[in-house]
Amino acid sequence: MSAQSKTRKTPLDWLVATFGRLAVSIVVPVVIFGVMILGFQWLRAQTPSSNAQKALLSLVAIVWGVGGVALLYVVMNFVVESLPPRLMRLLQPYVFVGPAMAILGWYLALPTLRTFWISLHDRTGERFVGLANYVAVFTERAMFEAFRNNLLWILFGATFTVAFGLMIAVLADRSRFENIAKSLIFMPMAISMVGAGVIWNFVYEVRDVNSPQIGLLNAIVVALGGEPQAWTALVQPWNNLFLIVVMIWMQTGFAMVIFSAAIKGIPDELLEAARVDGANELQVFFRIMLPYISGTIITVLTTVVIFALKIFDIVQVMTGGQFGTHVIATQFYRQAFTNQNKGYASAIAIVLLITVIPVMIYNLRHFSEEEAF
Amino acid sequence: MATQQPVQRKQRRNWRKLWGQFLVEASLFFLVLLWTIPTLGIFISSFRTPWDIQTSGWWTVLPHREWQVVEEFPKPENIDPDGVMEIAGVVGTFEAFRQGIETPDGRRIIWIGNKRLGKIQIQELRWTMRTDFTLDNYRAVLGGKTFELKAPDGSTFTVQGDNLIGAFLNSLTVAVPSTVIPILIAAFAAYGFAWMNFPGRRLLFILVVALLVVPLQIALVPILQDYVKLNLNGTFLAVWLAHTGFGLPLATYLLFNYIRSLPRDILESAFIDGASHFTIFTRLVLPLSVPALASFAIFQFLWVWNDYLVALVFIGAKPDVQVLTMRIAEMVGSRGNDWHLLTAGAFVSMVLPLIVFFSLQRYFVRGLLAGSVKG
Amino acid sequence: MYKKTHWWSVLAVLLVAVIVLAACGGGSGEETTEEGTTEAPPTATTAPAKGEGGGEMAGGEGSYYERALAGEFKGTVVTMTGPFTDEDAVKFNESVREFEDATGIDIQYEGSKEFEATISIRVEAGDAPDIVDFPQPGLLGTFVKQGKVVDVRAFLSEEYLRQQYNQSWLDMATLEGPDGPVMAGVWHRFNAKSLVWYPKDDFEAAGYEIPTTWDELIALSDQIKADGDTPWCIGIESGAATGWPATDWMEDIMLRTTSLENYDKWVRGELPFSSPEVKHAAELMAQIWFTEGYVYGGRAAIATTFFGDAPAPMFEEPPKCWLHRQGNFITSFFPEGVQAGVDYDFFYFPPIDEAYGKPWLVAGDIMAMFNDRPEVRAVMEYFTRGEALKGWLAAGGALSPHKDAQIDWYGDPVERRIAELVQDATAFRFDGSDLMPGEVGAGSFWKAMTDWVSGTVDLDTALAEIDQSWPR
Repeated sequence: MSAQSKTRKTPLDWLVATFGRLAVSIVVPVVIFGVMILGFQWLRAQTPSSNAQKALLSLVAIVWGVGGVALLYVVMNFVVESLPPRLMRLLQPYVFVGPAMAILGWYLALPTLRTFWISLHDRTGERFVGLANYVAVFTERAMFEAFRNNLLWILFGATFTVAFGLMIAVLADRSRFENIAKSLIFMPMAISMVGAGVIWNFVYEVRDVNSPQIGLLNAIVVALGGEPQAWTALVQPWNNLFLIVVMIWMQTGFAMVIFSAAIKGIPDELLEAARVDGANELQVFFRIMLPYISGTIITVLTTVVIFALKIFDIVQVMTGGQFGTHVIATQFYRQAFTNQNKGYASAIAIVLLITVIPVMIYNLRHFSEEEAF
Repeated sequence: MATQQPVQRKQRRNWRKLWGQFLVEASLFFLVLLWTIPTLGIFISSFRTPWDIQTSGWWTVLPHREWQVVEEFPKPENIDPDGVMEIAGVVGTFEAFRQGIETPDGRRIIWIGNKRLGKIQIQELRWTMRTDFTLDNYRAVLGGKTFELKAPDGSTFTVQGDNLIGAFLNSLTVAVPSTVIPILIAAFAAYGFAWMNFPGRRLLFILVVALLVVPLQIALVPILQDYVKLNLNGTFLAVWLAHTGFGLPLATYLLFNYIRSLPRDILESAFIDGASHFTIFTRLVLPLSVPALASFAIFQFLWVWNDYLVALVFIGAKPDVQVLTMRIAEMVGSRGNDWHLLTAGAFVSMVLPLIVFFSLQRYFVRGLLAGSVKG
Repeated sequence: MYKKTHWWSVLAVLLVAVIVLAACGGGSGEETTEEGTTEAPPTATTAPAKGEGGGEMAGGEGSYYERALAGEFKGTVVTMTGPFTDEDAVKFNESVREFEDATGIDIQYEGSKEFEATISIRVEAGDAPDIVDFPQPGLLGTFVKQGKVVDVRAFLSEEYLRQQYNQSWLDMATLEGPDGPVMAGVWHRFNAKSLVWYPKDDFEAAGYEIPTTWDELIALSDQIKADGDTPWCIGIESGAATGWPATDWMEDIMLRTTSLENYDKWVRGELPFSSPEVKHAAELMAQIWFTEGYVYGGRAAIATTFFGDAPAPMFEEPPKCWLHRQGNFITSFFPEGVQAGVDYDFFYFPPIDEAYGKPWLVAGDIMAMFNDRPEVRAVMEYFTRGEALKGWLAAGGALSPHKDAQIDWYGDPVERRIAELVQDATAFRFDGSDLMPGEVGAGSFWKAMTDWVSGTVDLDTALAEIDQSWPR
């Protein structure tokens, strides 16, 4: 403000101020960019060996990343604010939104097109092969197996996650130990899928018939007079279910939390009225609760379905895709990195993208209905 | 007389209510048990000796009845293993003895080994607990496994293997910037979308919403190509940027929902006072949005800490920057049945997220409720 | 009140700082750009290396190895990667320690089980380590074809190499590059695979006889089964590489049931997997693998047992299985404290058809060089010498392909005997799956065998799928 009022005093001041601003608006960003790039190069060149170096690097990185990004915003904003008001009003939003959009463009939007382009080429990316990769994706047994398994993941994984989530939410709502029960059910959300893979591999561990079983499941089976089984390898394709259990275990907590909040949102009068009318608890659940939270159920369902579609870590860690357990994402990894067949892998990725498009459309519809944008 | 009936009915109703409450608590308890037992299993196992882990289930730390050897002797010379034999007063075939034959007095005669090298054990069921706990497993994963090697002169010496501390720090180095950077960028964008008007605003936001569900596999191959050109692969920076990119849609969406719902009049009065967007953002909106920022931060931190795929692709190539999840996955592959190391290692990798999770659960739940469809 | 002046003042300070910096002149500017360029080379070692020794390839006296011993490359770092981890990695590090101490070159080896996937990413990213240990020349072949691998003849004469290795090793290291054949690397350790391990003390106590023909082997298996035990321990689980032990069995049986020419044709892809020869080999393998009561844990356990854990039941008291076919490296995985020649021993995997003699299946690790620097050359030259393996031979789990390795370096009497046997062998062939292209040898062959063993597909489908995956 003070600067603006000064500029009106003399033309010289005005000139100095204008050129000053110009200089600042060019020099400062350039310098900042320079510093950022230097920092970038320095960080890139770092391969810390000792733990102390790592801690230091982490610190520098936070300062560089957060500080640098913050500074960039400050400077860009300063530049824009020193422009004539009309131009400023036009440009300022892009200062706010621009960086995010640029990164999104680089990391998600453009790659979609680029991956599609790569998928039309052979393994080296040099020869154009048209839709040949897609033909392969839809004709090979290995891919058929992956699609079938993903379908199992969606069918069983999503259904049971939602069912268990709902059940626990309803039970917990009436329990006196609601908080602790919910925390414990929710806990697997904090565990990595790799860790979960270890945990469940241990549950499924199989020993020879004549040795004591150290895996819980086989110990129970043997105690009940059964034969120990290699659960994740046997009776294909049902061995997939034993992997799916891991996802149910991890995701139920998520479903439960959301349902729990939704159930608490149901007006008490509604439930009481039904009860007074003589409805039993099951009727209350099916006639009142379910319809009331149906929107939430759909949201949770779509989230879990997407989770199941993209499942990778659990399979990769527990079976490595052996024994007929490959899913789309593990096939993608295998083709892209182990086999170095980028074209084929990209085709798989595009197919994966196509499968989530219905959800995307649903989200967008939902969004445009709800938002007064 | 007439008043007695309603009392009875009331009692019956009370009784039914109690029974219902009991059913609720019991089934909930059962489900909670089902959910916690797998984790409990590896937690307990991580404190057991390798020998115990390999030869008995972790539940044997609880009191239980177990066959214990009372007497052992080599197989008698004068018997024919192919036919029916009599050992220690019990008659049976080889197959039956191999399974173990129980006598009426509660003992079990069992044949150990094959027909040629057999041993006979007499066992009794006894109450016992296996409570031989140790911290050695944690010492081994944190301090490195020791290997005993033979030197050229025939003597033996020990060597320390890798430990998980480096990987733990790597995970931290990856996770912290990967959490903070996207939040900052997303907060600006969220404010822009929520409180500024500009051409293309709707279109750009639709893009953000659309990208919410895009599987990140779609980006791996092209981004890897870019990283090759930029010579970025195998650096922490590569992962920070990747996590920033992949985390942004959700971050923007969540923060947008929150920032838009801030009371309009506060912001408007600030405008009337002549504050610029930037000032309002830094002085007003950011402080007000701390709960939303925190819930996304927890979400992103857990996501990054637990991530395996992004790390595998963008830094997997460089062993010295490996993160915990990769090391654990590697242990699964290369150590086979070294359950004592695997269980301890898995638990080390879970400690930090569990602490974050339990201490900040409320924020985390709030973030989830704000609508989360992660890409 | 929200004042703009606040930001102005901050920026004014910044501006002043910039001007001051700029005024301080070109000096600082140059410094920064210089810093920028030194960071530029992709995998430059730590900087101090450059200054000493002139950095000239041609400089110095004698071979690179001698120059290294003279301390010329002191303080440099040579990075390495490979698939072996855990105990093997420790043994490797220990056996090169002497060289590191003598030369001051730091050899940094890091192994990864995801080796097959990550090495491709690193090479493509131009971020390859200096030296890579390939257990599979087939996988290395891909990179040689792309011209990424340094021809070792650039600094090691063929005459010298012939003096260090048998011609057959050199032939196996010669791969097709973009401009003609390239000597793609030097052999480091090798493994003999045609071995069957057994628990010696118990085996003798039980009065079993060592079989010398296939029929005797089957008879022995039947005998052990009749005595109430499972004869074989087999495990093929190995993470992403699950299935490879099955391919070894196939190759060993192929060598015993068909001519070496056919074997070579098979490896080159000229004899399809669906041919009667290959199918016959698989059926013979199935005779042991799938016969009820032959394998510890049954057919299902084969696919889920980690290959390194597979022999463990052999060492229980009394043994739960008696025979385990695997390369000599498996001794690294034996339980701690078992003694070679006392607790265990080996016999030669018996011939099947006498017409094909007593062939040996071997596999080895070839060290390939991706970055050409003097210290890397020195390390490569070091690997051509037997002493690079001395520590490992003493610790056990490796055989040396070097001519100058001494037989008494082997710390393990059993391995010493293997080394002698292989030396005298008339016919030996390299592990076929390791020579096949990566897609097959490190991909579909493993997977198809696993699928077949675990019952996902039948044998014909499995073999047909391998044929289909062969890149043509």
